[in-house]
Amino acid sequence: MSGRRIQQGGRVDRSRAIRFTFDGKGYSGFAGDTLASALLANGVQVFGRSFKYHRPRGVIAAGSEEPNALVTVMRDEARCTPNLRATQVELYDGLVARSQNRWPSLDFDVQAVNDLLSPLLPSAFYYKTFMWPRAAWHKLYEPVIRRAAGLGESPTLPDPDRYSQRFAHCDVLVVGAGPAGLAAALTASASGARVMLCDEQPEFGGSLLDEPAATIDGATTADWIRDSMATLRSRANVTLLTRTTAFGYFPHNLIGLNERITEHLPAPAADMPRERLWQVRAARVLIAAGSIERPLVFPGNDRPGVMLASAARTYLHRYGVAVGQNVVLVTGSDAAYAAALDLHAAGVRVALIADVRADATGAPLDLARQAGIEVVTGATVLGTRGRLGVREVTIGVLARGTVNDTRRVKCDALLLSGGYTPSVHLFSQSRGKLEFNEARQAFLPSVSAEPESSAGSCRGIDGYTQVLNDGARVGAASALAAGYSVAAPEYRVQALEFGMHGLPGVLPQASPLQPARAFVDFQNDVTSKDLALAMREGFESVEHIKRYTTTGMATDQGKTSNMNALAFVAGELGRTIPKVGLTTFRMPYTPVTFGIFAGYDRGDLFDPVRTTSMHDWAVQQGAVFEDVGQWKRARYFPRSGEDMHAAVDRECKAVRTGVGMFDASTLGTIEVVGPDAATFLSRLYVNGFSTLAVGRSRYGILLRDDGFIYDDGVIARIAGERFHVTTTTGGAARVFGMMEDYLQTEWPDLRCWLTSTTEQWAVIAVQGPRARDVLAPLVSDVDLSAAALPHLGVTQGRICGVPMRLFRMSFTGELGYEVNVPADYGLAVWEAIHAAGQPHGITPYGTETMHVLRAEKGYIIVGQETDGTVTPDDAGLGWAIAKSKPDFVGKRSLARETMHAPDRKQLVGLLTVDPKVVLEEGAQIVATPGQHAPMKMIGHVTSSYHSAVLGRSIALALLRGGRARIGETLYVPMPGGEIAVQVTATVFYDVEGARLHG
Amino acid sequence: MLLIQCPYCGLRPELEFAYAGQAHVARPADPSATTPDQWTEFLYLRDNTRGIHAERWRHVRGCARFFNALRDTTTDQFLATYRAGESMPVLQQAGQKP
Amino acid sequence: MRKFSGWTLLKEAFGGQQGWTPQWRRVAPQAEYDAIIIGGGGHGLAAAYYLASEHGITRTAVLEKGWIGGGNTGRNTTIIRSNYLFDESAALYDHALKLWEDLSQVLNYNVMFSPRGVMMLAHTVHDVQVAKRHIHANRGNGVDNEWLSPEEAKAYCPPLNIERNIRYPVLGAALQRRGGTARHDAVAWGYARAADAIGVDIIENCEVTGLVRDASGAMEAVQTSRGLIRCRRVGVSAAGNTSVVLGLAGVRLPLESFPLQALVSEPVKPVVPCVVMSGSIHAYISQSDKGELVIGAGTDAYTSYTQRGALHVNSHTLSAVCELFPAFRRMRMLRNWGGIVDVTPDRSPIIARTPVPGLYVNCGWGTGGFKATPGAGHLLAWTMARDEPHPINAPFTIERFRDGHLIDEAAAAAVAH
Repeated sequence: MSGRRIQQGGRVDRSRAIRFTFDGKGYSGFAGDTLASALLANGVQVFGRSFKYHRPRGVIAAGSEEPNALVTVMRDEARCTPNLRATQVELYDGLVARSQNRWPSLDFDVQAVNDLLSPLLPSAFYYKTFMWPRAAWHKLYEPVIRRAAGLGESPTLPDPDRYSQRFAHCDVLVVGAGPAGLAAALTASASGARVMLCDEQPEFGGSLLDEPAATIDGATTADWIRDSMATLRSRANVTLLTRTTAFGYFPHNLIGLNERITEHLPAPAADMPRERLWQVRAARVLIAAGSIERPLVFPGNDRPGVMLASAARTYLHRYGVAVGQNVVLVTGSDAAYAAALDLHAAGVRVALIADVRADATGAPLDLARQAGIEVVTGATVLGTRGRLGVREVTIGVLARGTVNDTRRVKCDALLLSGGYTPSVHLFSQSRGKLEFNEARQAFLPSVSAEPESSAGSCRGIDGYTQVLNDGARVGAASALAAGYSVAAPEYRVQALEFGMHGLPGVLPQASPLQPARAFVDFQNDVTSKDLALAMREGFESVEHIKRYTTTGMATDQGKTSNMNALAFVAGELGRTIPKVGLTTFRMPYTPVTFGIFAGYDRGDLFDPVRTTSMHDWAVQQGAVFEDVGQWKRARYFPRSGEDMHAAVDRECKAVRTGVGMFDASTLGTIEVVGPDAATFLSRLYVNGFSTLAVGRSRYGILLRDDGFIYDDGVIARIAGERFHVTTTTGGAARVFGMMEDYLQTEWPDLRCWLTSTTEQWAVIAVQGPRARDVLAPLVSDVDLSAAALPHLGVTQGRICGVPMRLFRMSFTGELGYEVNVPADYGLAVWEAIHAAGQPHGITPYGTETMHVLRAEKGYIIVGQETDGTVTPDDAGLGWAIAKSKPDFVGKRSLARETMHAPDRKQLVGLLTVDPKVVLEEGAQIVATPGQHAPMKMIGHVTSSYHSAVLGRSIALALLRGGRARIGETLYVPMPGGEIAVQVTATVFYDVEGARLHG
Repeated sequence: MLLIQCPYCGLRPELEFAYAGQAHVARPADPSATTPDQWTEFLYLRDNTRGIHAERWRHVRGCARFFNALRDTTTDQFLATYRAGESMPVLQQAGQKP
Repeated sequence: MRKFSGWTLLKEAFGGQQGWTPQWRRVAPQAEYDAIIIGGGGHGLAAAYYLASEHGITRTAVLEKGWIGGGNTGRNTTIIRSNYLFDESAALYDHALKLWEDLSQVLNYNVMFSPRGVMMLAHTVHDVQVAKRHIHANRGNGVDNEWLSPEEAKAYCPPLNIERNIRYPVLGAALQRRGGTARHDAVAWGYARAADAIGVDIIENCEVTGLVRDASGAMEAVQTSRGLIRCRRVGVSAAGNTSVVLGLAGVRLPLESFPLQALVSEPVKPVVPCVVMSGSIHAYISQSDKGELVIGAGTDAYTSYTQRGALHVNSHTLSAVCELFPAFRRMRMLRNWGGIVDVTPDRSPIIARTPVPGLYVNCGWGTGGFKATPGAGHLLAWTMARDEPHPINAPFTIERFRDGHLIDEAAAAAVAH
């Protein structure tokens, strides 16, 4: 294999050799190489296989627009990244890369048989077949297609790398550090404006890096870039970001940047993030994204060795690599002549320049001919040859529809240029309007939608002098728009450069079209014939053609192909390009790693973990936790050898016969204060609160205005104008939001203030016949007697010297208290109660036991017995509604006829005929046994437990017309058979409620 | 992520706000006096404007106050924000920032 | 209509694929139709197809302001399932699922319906309760849905992370094996081709600018950017733009339009064998036949017609995906886009007559419209043809909001205690 590195030149560091492997074979390159340049230097031409036909493909570009040369880079087993462009992979010592989408090897790929079958596999063939027999698509055809599709392989191990995120603000964000971007950043930052400058490449300079012979104001480009960078670095108001792609333009001038931090390092430090997401809010965005050369479309244009002329120049000048020793240039633009002349000057034989323009003339042709290079005008390409690399190209001259002077020209590299496409991706993402420029044959930015401007060749400016000056002018204007004033300098550039205009579309052929395939989209293997087929089948919208043929939908998003496809379609339909229209530019500009979007939001940081003051104590006790919203709640406290069932039975018995303690701190708490506090709560809740006495509490039900239960909780009147409102754990935030909404926007006249105090309180429920005995020795300034503090009484005092609000309340049906203390004292008070309770056998219990105990009493849990379709009456809570109130939230909706229909689902109890059987929550209920689907289901089980105190199972259910069915036997159909159940009232234990009042 | 001008706190990112639906939908003073259709209108029917939309936001991670905004739902550009209780500003000209 | 088959494909292979003809005709609107569907998405095209094929109303036109299938049909994550909770919903979505099962054969267009299974993850005790309620209700309705342990879930979807020490561990999953995915564009094109073949006119680039009513208030004609078209039976199936279209007739609906984003990764070899959904941490993922990971999320927060959403919404979704599939952290986003979804207060659709005689509407599908495509079209066609709803869509009226007969699928999954 021949080496292609030339003796001198390029920006690589020839003193530092770098070893790497590709498909297991060892190679050597230089520091500063990309994987693509190093492989090219080693004479490698085949980089990968195409998506559909598995045709061997080489590298055609030198940057992020590359469609073909996709590789997998493996740092280790877990750090394996598929689908990277070899043109963007920076070489480091020990890099391991492998090719994709081929088996068994890159040079011999079995699935290349697809290429032979290509007449059978036109675009969208899969819509027309594989339909018989019905099941075969999923069972037979689809698995084969799926295995053949895809490119690289997904990583399979968890990614050990870290990803970072930053927010930033600036006055001017300059996207792209080519000539326009550098001039813009220099000018704008001279004004004092905060400037950020980013570029996707490892070094700034853009196309200037390909111009070693050019001078800017007399300095070589290398010197000018170096000096410019030194100036920018010296300015404190400038942020420079290399290897950073502006991938997305979001509303209100928010730009997403993807910075790649460690990917190019041989051994990244463990504490370095691999990549970073920047979210930059810029007063002005200045897009200097440059332009991308287009290939030409002709039969056989996809062989390895076929390359963009600009890429050949980049490989020569930046990497010191000649892409061939005997090259042919096919061009539709003047610009590409520079590549031929430079290669010629570097000692490469340029066998022929085939200019597809019949009227091509002027300086570039003259210079080429002076250099002894043959130039043919009005040329077309009829085909190419070479299995794993181009060896020969067939050129003819097209005149009046016929091809003459056909000849075959030997070559080992074929350079193409169809002119340049301005990179309007970001501008278009910003929703700016594009306009087609006839002279340029390109879409250019027209009307802005956001505060941004484009500069340089991405807005169609041609020539380095003009581009630099445009950058400077737009840089000054952007700074001015952000409030900073500066004059734009004038630059003068001397370079070998020619116009970038070109010809999009497919090269004209002698009609009819040649049988060989001319590729428009390389990666997705879309040919001009595929586009023609789509049009033949009536697809005329460019979006339809894109979707039907998949052109432009590959991982390069059509950067090199979209304009060619569009021009071809326009030509075939006999319409102008703007009439055919452009497909939408979607973010991201180039693919962006998922990891940066997740950033720090992983593991425990994925969502904040909320814990109570007593959390660590519960952890030490071996509690099993459940997630409720963001809270961790102790579900049960197993002793050694206990499963949940055993633990819950024990905890339940302890509460029923002795005393238990429970951490209720997660319930939401809202302090409602003010002269109109009682009025406010009365308007919100179904209950009345004006009549609630100080020192008393009441169970409150909150509806939405649609009449359905939204939340519940106990509301206590601490003082005349002060209420302590509790909510469900999950409902705390939304109830607070709803309260604020009504208070601020419906009843702003009410003098009432709301404070969320959930985090301020630790709440310890002490429940059971011995509860008073436990608390009595700990409290002061409080009379615990039933007479002084009856059920639903509330008082304030101290416990262990700590100020306390003490609620006499019970969610268990037993004598119970809820001790509210400042959260910081929660653990100390908890431990004190636990210690004081030891003689009484106090037992900590969790949410599961709480659920069982309340179900034994028929108390509902919002979200379990209710589901957003349940009214108070449905839940058996009609008694709570203050009938005399003229209005409360939801009252009007409850007046609707359907809210009183007798067949509404109502809450009932269920007892299984076999007391040992515990129903499954969510199980459905039917009236008659032996039904098959679709069954007539009349209800469902909302809660179901084994009740230790009753020695049997119990359940709550929502049942159609349920209260009228009490006493009936119904059935719960399960996969293993039906379970007979008896409908009962909802209270299973201590029906008369005597224990509450103990 | 939008930038939103809170009338109390100034320009802040969308992350600090909660959207709260169409503005100027007043709860009937006496709901029991409404017809079923009027009540349904209040509960459920919204303009869903394609164009300039009067809507409510709450600066929930800031001053916690509700306020109103005019936003073009075809571009997501805000034309004005104003305090709850204030009447809708009259725009000089469609599409022009006041 | 040129029949699609392996045989015709083979024949065409020898003829250079020259024998294919347009899949639907490019026609100018006629002066009058027996039925008009406004909106050339999957739903509207399906409705036109069934109007012609099942109800004999072949003088039907579909009016599309852009290109067919360019709205939510071409912007969704292609998930198909029918394991909804309430009887009304289960009947509605399973009606659609049954139509999906032989749609390729019926339309002679491979829509690539792939019953690869839809797995919905449970992360909390409450999630488990909700999932099991669905499973029991579904079984009663004859809709398949089964409970999987975390280990069974991982066996069904090997890259899934079922470690117990993550923030919201997987406690199990509900699996509907008959659920899966289909090829979204093919659905629109397949219906268009089949409808066209039996006489339906599909008229693109034709924006409706007015709905004209006669003296009695009934539909009389449709004013369009391509002229006035007389028609006394008009169905609106315009997804996010339904409010705008019905506003032309003065009809207000309980709808709000929100952005909904989706994204795909670069293609990779098969790695996700089914659809995985997590309602409680907001992420949906599957893998397309092409190899792209297809990822969706919940809606953005505010109403918008811009067809784009916020970066932080996307980021949240990808965080969730990376928690559930930590190996995908290194995968890369290739394309992101947004649709406009029309959402009702109870998150269930409306397929019904409107207060205007002769005007019908199919809307309110929110984030779940794609799965219903054949069913929604079928039922809209029925309702338009007979001026009365099919028993399956009878509950999905506009009046249910007035009467309180909500079918509240969202509330049914509400967050608990």
